[in-house]
Amino acid sequence: MRNVIPVLTVLALLAGLWWAAVAPMNIRPALDQVERSGGIVVPEGSVQRRDVSVWRLMLDNRDHVAIGYDLKRPRLPTPSQVGQEMWKTTGEMALKGRAWSKRSLIYHSWVTLRSTLWGFLLGTTIGILGAVAITYSRVTSKSLMPWAIISQTIPIVALAPMIIVVSNQVGIEGRGVPKAIISAYLCYFPVLVSMVKGLGSPRPSELDLLKTYNASGGQSFWKLRLPASLPYLFTSLKVGIAAALVGTIVGELPTGAISGLGARILIGDQFGTPLAIWSALFMAAILAGLLVTLVDGTQRITLRRMGFRS
Amino acid sequence: MTWLIGALVFWIAAWTVNARLANSSLSETLAIRITIPLLFGFTLLVLWEGLVRGLGVSQVILPSPSQIAQTFAASTDILWVDVVQTVFKGALRGFLIGAIAAFVTAILIDRSAFLTRGLLPIGNFVAALPIVGIAPILVNWFGFDWQSKAAVVVVMVFFPILVNTVQGLRETDAMQRDLMRTYAAGYFQTLLKLRLPAALPFVFNGLKIATTLALIGAIVAEYFGSPTRGMGFRISTGVGSLEIDLVWAEIAVSALVGSAFYGLVALIEQRMTFWHPSRRG
Repeated sequence: MRNVIPVLTVLALLAGLWWAAVAPMNIRPALDQVERSGGIVVPEGSVQRRDVSVWRLMLDNRDHVAIGYDLKRPRLPTPSQVGQEMWKTTGEMALKGRAWSKRSLIYHSWVTLRSTLWGFLLGTTIGILGAVAITYSRVTSKSLMPWAIISQTIPIVALAPMIIVVSNQVGIEGRGVPKAIISAYLCYFPVLVSMVKGLGSPRPSELDLLKTYNASGGQSFWKLRLPASLPYLFTSLKVGIAAALVGTIVGELPTGAISGLGARILIGDQFGTPLAIWSALFMAAILAGLLVTLVDGTQRITLRRMGFRS
Repeated sequence: MTWLIGALVFWIAAWTVNARLANSSLSETLAIRITIPLLFGFTLLVLWEGLVRGLGVSQVILPSPSQIAQTFAASTDILWVDVVQTVFKGALRGFLIGAIAAFVTAILIDRSAFLTRGLLPIGNFVAALPIVGIAPILVNWFGFDWQSKAAVVVVMVFFPILVNTVQGLRETDAMQRDLMRTYAAGYFQTLLKLRLPAALPFVFNGLKIATTLALIGAIVAEYFGSPTRGMGFRISTGVGSLEIDLVWAEIAVSALVGSAFYGLVALIEQRMTFWHPSRRG
């Protein structure tokens, strides 16, 4: 809790910087707009202005700087413009009962969230199974681990279009499955690494104790190794769910998807509506925050019930 | 059918060999530790080749590794042009600018405990966000050439490196800092001789995360507009014009470059943190 004031201060600083940057970023389109509506601008003509620095333009046209804060298609929108746009596409539409319309960000967030959760489930399962195989078999450990590391140095975006082409040809309709595969690809690795560590975390004396109880391999796995690995698992799940969201959005970006937050960014780019891009970006950030908080809460409750001291 | 069975037989044979190697007394030698994953990777390629040929998969869907290798060898000039555009111009420059900016910011912020406490949670959060989404905005601001790609990379690598460096700078304990005080060392001497070296493992951790991010950023940014060269450009147009083998060659290049970049940073890390307990072994 003692971090609240510093965090708020830094956030306020960042918002202030953002707000201040709007003026120089938007001065050119603002002056173009003023000139079109018959105002006087120094120097005249947008071609002449191209070689003049933005600071010079702002000094010479002090009266028109404010226009930059209220453009319809700004190069850099103000924080309040983004906030209004987000409210317009979420809360306001929900109040009108159109929360699931194709223009509402709630709908697109849901599409992204669904793929993220599927990818998260798939990636976590692969990660845990892989970790079990690596813990129990020397061959798998030696042949799989190096490739798991190499797989993360491959830029997944290069593969993303191919995953979609292949899954389309195999007869999978829609983009849900390929998106989930891409997000699973990003999300399995942290889980795998942590679980290998976690499953190996019981001390030899603890394993020996189970042997004196005449416990079978399965019993020592379910009663000792797995519970001991849970703190490691939860730590990696927090990284994993954020990675899964990144994966889903990467999967939506370059592939011509039509719904989902990544698709909103893509469409906003094609139709030249920067406000749509910015509000989709912030929505993705909110979604990431919610997901991580959710996993964090589950972690606290589970670990406390199991008797771990946090 | 023979291809399918052959591939399966090879797979089982290779797995048996690997199992023997892993359980043999030599399994800890360097040669064996490299051979096992290599053999495993080769098996996957053989399996892929066998499946594609055995099931008669069309080349437009999934070309076989041998075909990809042929295309790779035949179009090295195109691939090289793309690597220069995407990696050397876009990703590497962005990586350097972003890393230096994050490093300097971290050292400046570190002087204020208040700012550090405020920035760490935010930085950690931002580092987990899908920042790639700003690619279209930055392409809009900086134009189609490498400058916009470098800008995307700068933003993407900045926060992971910043957060790790700030955390690393807090790594020294009171005892070590007190020792520097008894030597009458000033702020900069303490920074250079104690705190920066102690932070190095963390800095390199951030740099290693950033290598992959740099390539992802440079490639995604090209999907939103680029001159008629570059890996992202080639991939997106290749998918459209059904030159799937060229796309796979490009993917192979990106995998090689990604691994090489990561390996290079890891090598430098090994050279610079040889004193660290985890390396002395």
